Amino acid sequence: MSAIGRFFKDVSKNRAMLLFVLPGTIWFLLFSYLPMFGTIISFKQYRFDPDGFIASILNSKWVGFDNFKFLFQTNDAWVITRNTVLYNFVFIILGTVCSIAMAVILSEIANKRLAKWYQTGMFLPYFLSWVIVGYFVFSFLSMDRGLLNRILSGLGADPIQWYSEPKYWPYILVLVSLWKGVGYNSVVYLASIMGIDKSLYEAAMIDGANKWQQIRRITIPLLTPLITILTLLAIGRIFYADFGLFYQVPRDSGTLYSVTNVIDTYVYRGLKVNGEIGMSTAAGLYQSFVGFVLVITSNYIVRRFNKDNALF
Amino acid sequence: MTNAKSKRRDFQQLTPVWNVIFNLIAAVFAALCVFPFLFVMVISFTDEATLAKNGYALIPAKWSLAAYQYVFKSGDMLLRSYGVTIFVTVVGTIISLVMISLFAYAISRKSFKYRHFFAFMAFFTMLFNGGLVPGYIVATQLLHLKDTVWALIWPLAVNAFYIMIMRTFYSTMVPDAIIESGRIDGAGEARVFTKLVLPLSMPGLATIALFSTLGYWNDWFNALLYIDDPNLVPLQSMLMRIETSMQFILQNSQNASLGFGIIQSLPQDTSRMAMVVLATGPIILAYPFFQRFFIQGLTIGAVKE
Repeated sequence: MSAIGRFFKDVSKNRAMLLFVLPGTIWFLLFSYLPMFGTIISFKQYRFDPDGFIASILNSKWVGFDNFKFLFQTNDAWVITRNTVLYNFVFIILGTVCSIAMAVILSEIANKRLAKWYQTGMFLPYFLSWVIVGYFVFSFLSMDRGLLNRILSGLGADPIQWYSEPKYWPYILVLVSLWKGVGYNSVVYLASIMGIDKSLYEAAMIDGANKWQQIRRITIPLLTPLITILTLLAIGRIFYADFGLFYQVPRDSGTLYSVTNVIDTYVYRGLKVNGEIGMSTAAGLYQSFVGFVLVITSNYIVRRFNKDNALF
Repeated sequence: MTNAKSKRRDFQQLTPVWNVIFNLIAAVFAALCVFPFLFVMVISFTDEATLAKNGYALIPAKWSLAAYQYVFKSGDMLLRSYGVTIFVTVVGTIISLVMISLFAYAISRKSFKYRHFFAFMAFFTMLFNGGLVPGYIVATQLLHLKDTVWALIWPLAVNAFYIMIMRTFYSTMVPDAIIESGRIDGAGEARVFTKLVLPLSMPGLATIALFSTLGYWNDWFNALLYIDDPNLVPLQSMLMRIETSMQFILQNSQNASLGFGIIQSLPQDTSRMAMVVLATGPIILAYPFFQRFFIQGLTIGAVKE
């Protein structure tokens, strides 16, 4: 039987499952793979063509790496890269430490009913959109009415124009990010701790290990594979900022851009506000490309140490 | 730390002192997580004049329902936004569920010859994407989604991560033997799926449905990109727009009695906060009951095949 004939036979044998994946496949083609093809406009001077999307892309003029040149000649490229990577770096370190600490604390609390209540409370921020969180932050930081300024004036200090003082924002953003993420991230660690074989702790107990030694010698080592995978994923995403955090919480305040502008907000503003399609796409591709390299690299490093902990 | 005297026999217990400390840390953090919502709620029940005088207070000098009365009186915009959000959430969740459950089921079936290809197709999108701008151009120029309700639905319909979670659910909850027996009894693939597989994978479907519902309910980004028509503004996006101007409310209010001149006397801050409370209320009330499924989904998502 010819190869083509065999192929058709296979397709026909698998036709039910092929139908099952069809809607999802169409979606992936339209919303993931077509935009990947569309990244070639970062090497072009994009011109809208009335003949439609494909025509617009193909008929735009090639400009090579000009868009990237313009992008990296600006100070912006450095600022947004620095902000994105540094913030995410801090989020990864502090977020992981706090989440694991919180998971250990919740798992050790004697009264399990109380622990459940605490967990429900901590989980709340995860369910709120960044718009709502932006309002929450505003209720604290509003110039004339916010809680913090009222406390300050109560103490006899001068109120602070929070939304136009860049120096405070790195701290504010880190705090807000932790506030929103720790409860949610500790859930995963807590589930993993709950899955640890209790007899290990009993054996340690018999050998005279106290609670801290148990945590250090049993809990943390057994969490390591999970910590590795999640950190790896986070490192792979280190070039992707959480758009909502950096756009909603500072209320898009222009004076704060030096410390709140990240790649994602830059790309968005390039597209919707400044109309710099070429540079915006170039920044997006730069982000995707570096992100991709980072995921592959970090995964490779983990594979070298321990194959089981790697993602793929 | 522990000394010999206070050592407990019960091996799973902390010493009482540490137990209290741990309780305190967890309780304080949990309270901090809930506090901002309560605070915003208090603001929404504050009298606007008092607020102008004293600012936001934990215990206001004067309570008032004016904000809520105002929101409900000029409520057609809020209602419309609620309508858009509910429509998008319901329709979007159903579409998501259908597409994800079918796709994930196919790539979980060992007898499906091309399953690795399609699994990779989904997985690769987690590693690399075209970015915002090309996606925006596809959505606006090729699919013509701008200012349609579908712009709020399609971009969120499929998610590779949910597909992976769902696949894990199928492979752990639906034994191959059941599928085999269905096939031997002469049921077609579609019938096996609806009659045998779906009932068994209900917890998985519930998890994905909830993730999806939350995603649609809380989405404002797609509205920011694609929606200019005030009739299509979902709840979250409306909150964003009134953040800076109550004018938006006035312009879109069909209530003729609200003249332009009385903007000053409107309960501005309090109504905004009232809208935040009304937009968040459903989630706050519902999530403790559904938490279990989220935890299940999260922990399954962290498991590798």
